Amino acid sequence: MSDCNLGSMPLRYRVTIDRDQCMECGRCVDNCSYGVFRQDGDKILINSRKCTACHRCITYCPRDAIMLAEHPCDYRSHPVWNQQVRESIYNQARTGKIILAGMGSVANLPVIFDRLMLDACQVTTPPTDPLREPVELRTYLGKKPSKLDFRQKANGDVELATELTPNLMIETPILLGHMSYGAISLNAHLAMARAAQEVGTFMGTGEGGLHPGLYPYQDRVIVQVASGRFGVNIDYLERGAAIELKLGQGAKPGIGGHLTGEKVSADVSRTRMIPQGSDAISPAPHHDIYGIEDLPQLVRSVKEATGWKKPIFAKIAAVNNNAENVAAVARSGVDAIAIDGFRGGTGAAPRVFRDHVGIPIEVAIATADKELRKQGLRNEVSLIACGSIRESADVMKAIALGADAVYIATAALAAMGCRVCGNCYQGLCPWGIATQRQDLVDRLNPDVASKQVANLIHAWTLEITELMGAAGITSIESLRGNRDRLRGYMLDAGLLDVLDVKPIGA
Amino acid sequence: MDGSGIRQALSMMNERGSGEGAGYVAYGIYPDYRDCYALHVFLDNTCESKAVVDATLEQWGAIEHDEAIPTCNQQNLRTACTPWRYFFRPDASLAPGSASPEKDVVTNLVMQINGCVNGAEVVSSGKNVGVFKAGGSGAWPEVVADYYRIEDYEGYLWLAHNRYATASPEKWERPDPFNLHDWSVVENGKTTTYGTNRRYVESFGYNCTTSTDSEVITYLIDLLVRRHGLDINLAIRALAPPYWEEIDRMPEAEQKLNRALRFAYGAATMNGPFTVVAASPDMMVGFTDRGKLRPMVVGECADRLFIASEESAIRTMEPEVESITRPAAGEPVIGRVAP
Repeated sequence: MSDCNLGSMPLRYRVTIDRDQCMECGRCVDNCSYGVFRQDGDKILINSRKCTACHRCITYCPRDAIMLAEHPCDYRSHPVWNQQVRESIYNQARTGKIILAGMGSVANLPVIFDRLMLDACQVTTPPTDPLREPVELRTYLGKKPSKLDFRQKANGDVELATELTPNLMIETPILLGHMSYGAISLNAHLAMARAAQEVGTFMGTGEGGLHPGLYPYQDRVIVQVASGRFGVNIDYLERGAAIELKLGQGAKPGIGGHLTGEKVSADVSRTRMIPQGSDAISPAPHHDIYGIEDLPQLVRSVKEATGWKKPIFAKIAAVNNNAENVAAVARSGVDAIAIDGFRGGTGAAPRVFRDHVGIPIEVAIATADKELRKQGLRNEVSLIACGSIRESADVMKAIALGADAVYIATAALAAMGCRVCGNCYQGLCPWGIATQRQDLVDRLNPDVASKQVANLIHAWTLEITELMGAAGITSIESLRGNRDRLRGYMLDAGLLDVLDVKPIGA
Repeated sequence: MDGSGIRQALSMMNERGSGEGAGYVAYGIYPDYRDCYALHVFLDNTCESKAVVDATLEQWGAIEHDEAIPTCNQQNLRTACTPWRYFFRPDASLAPGSASPEKDVVTNLVMQINGCVNGAEVVSSGKNVGVFKAGGSGAWPEVVADYYRIEDYEGYLWLAHNRYATASPEKWERPDPFNLHDWSVVENGKTTTYGTNRRYVESFGYNCTTSTDSEVITYLIDLLVRRHGLDINLAIRALAPPYWEEIDRMPEAEQKLNRALRFAYGAATMNGPFTVVAASPDMMVGFTDRGKLRPMVVGECADRLFIASEESAIRTMEPEVESITRPAAGEPVIGRVAP
């Protein structure tokens, strides 16, 4: 660094200890895996520079003695050359490298969900009271027939001739999204698998293979096949309740996955079938899909390999020609398409992709639904919305815009304790979630964490039931694509047209 | 049956309406033109608007005869349009490959005329059937009936509706019944699924122009029964399906059938409170939402079937009614016209 004149950056966070309150118990020292705290005799020393704002120390301080402030040092305020821009420049001037970032986009753009208002019944129709009348959230994911055929039996009775293809049944339209073993810990995976089992939904494996510890829950697992084909073999495919082909990811459309070598432990290496300690970089494209007609071949291969018994999902990132992509994938024989908006999370992605590439999930799901309907393909696939589904209202809005269900991932991590500090790629997650260091992984008790994830899904399910009842809707398929029950608040006419939603007051 | 009975029955329930719209539909009223599609059209004026309709009809087939629908001005009813009727023969060759080409042609031309701002609205379009309706202040059921001289028509199947207006009370095309060739629909209630149902039915080429449930329901029934070939029982089941819990308890074959119906027709499912009575030349059916939030009373007398919101309406029409029943939620009533 001798030939670098940039010196040290202003502190991102400042950690302080109220010395009157502190009893030098050392819990902060033990808990901080980033090395912010150090015991020096009877004093605890602080190195704020290492802090990620993960809040682990604050959570475990018995005296509430620790306080954290973000950006304690002001830059000269400037609307264009803001702090983030300047710090990126200093960082890249120093390193000459692509900046890596964890979790979802930090770009300060308006969230469309927040500007969509839900409807409720008043006098012309009565609300439904979910405590007293059924409100059905049960959802089937997979192909549905567009029309039914019947045949006459010998005795004159008519029976159904249409054969239904396999669907996944979920009791609530919320699935646990794909995060790989490797990106997150085995205990985090176990917690999600148990939660999925408890609430009647499914979890995604991500692209990291399936650890034997999850075999007892394999009926609740959607196994993913990504471009790196990590962990993929026939045994893996056969264990899953469904198989997802990952073609893209909202946090980094157009590029492959990246698991930093720090997180490739012995166990992760075995599960992924890659060398220990090596970066796992999956290619940008699937090298057997160079044109759209290659996708149906892959879909059929996977279906053939698993006896046509399992629904096949495809996941794509939401980009400009989203509607066209979705229509193309819908023709490939897949049973469901997950669309990942540009705010989708990641363990590690180049910052420039995460914050600048893609389109919002609200728009992507609305245009996909509209296009599939227009082309008569809507029953060919179920649509799963993902990429920053933060609360039950987002689930409602996504479904009203045309989704069948949603994937949640960051929200599930938060339910396990994650504070969205965005340092997943470091592999030092003090919550035991985005790490493979055994002492840190051991901090996450899968029984406790699974209960928390199950609680979250249960709570959202209750809220959705109430919201649907208030809107007088008693089955989830009647909410699907029901944009008349949404109104746009301070959204421009162009966007409202794209969403096919009326403005408030209309 | 002439229209006087149903006029009286409907007036009996005047407190259910706001006097801003009512309508009737009758089957069997045009025996002299039984092979023609009778188009009832509301014209803003009999020059430009009529010219548009004439041209459209000539493009799709041949007009056998047309005339103003006889009316009798009522003191308190402001006439907003000229009701006209055409007896029309569609050119079946314009819908090649269709199993019911004439109805496809009629469907298309109705969508075409109603989809444009041209001062013309087709309110009914079936063989030997006609819709008579009016809106605006003063349009009480008996006023509308007298305006159209309903008692002059002899039909074998009648539906009628008394409107409690919530939107566009002045529009004559807004009150029920709605009709598309064979099917006519009246609805008591308001669904919460208009948007889903409309988007679904529009993806099959229908065009909903009045923001009215009954319009969507008419098209849904036409789609499911005529174009998808569903038996009326199954079509009703698709529109108001049993709950999953009930389906889970059914024997396997029935479970499979009901699951398939919900899979295929999830977007056609109607929620919210409704009682629907629909008719075609050979049947009359009544069904409610699966929670039965709106009333449905059924009366039978010899070979006649009555479906109404209130028993009083049935007793007005048929004081000697032999049985009165109130079907449970999810239990449709299907009456077929004796051959």
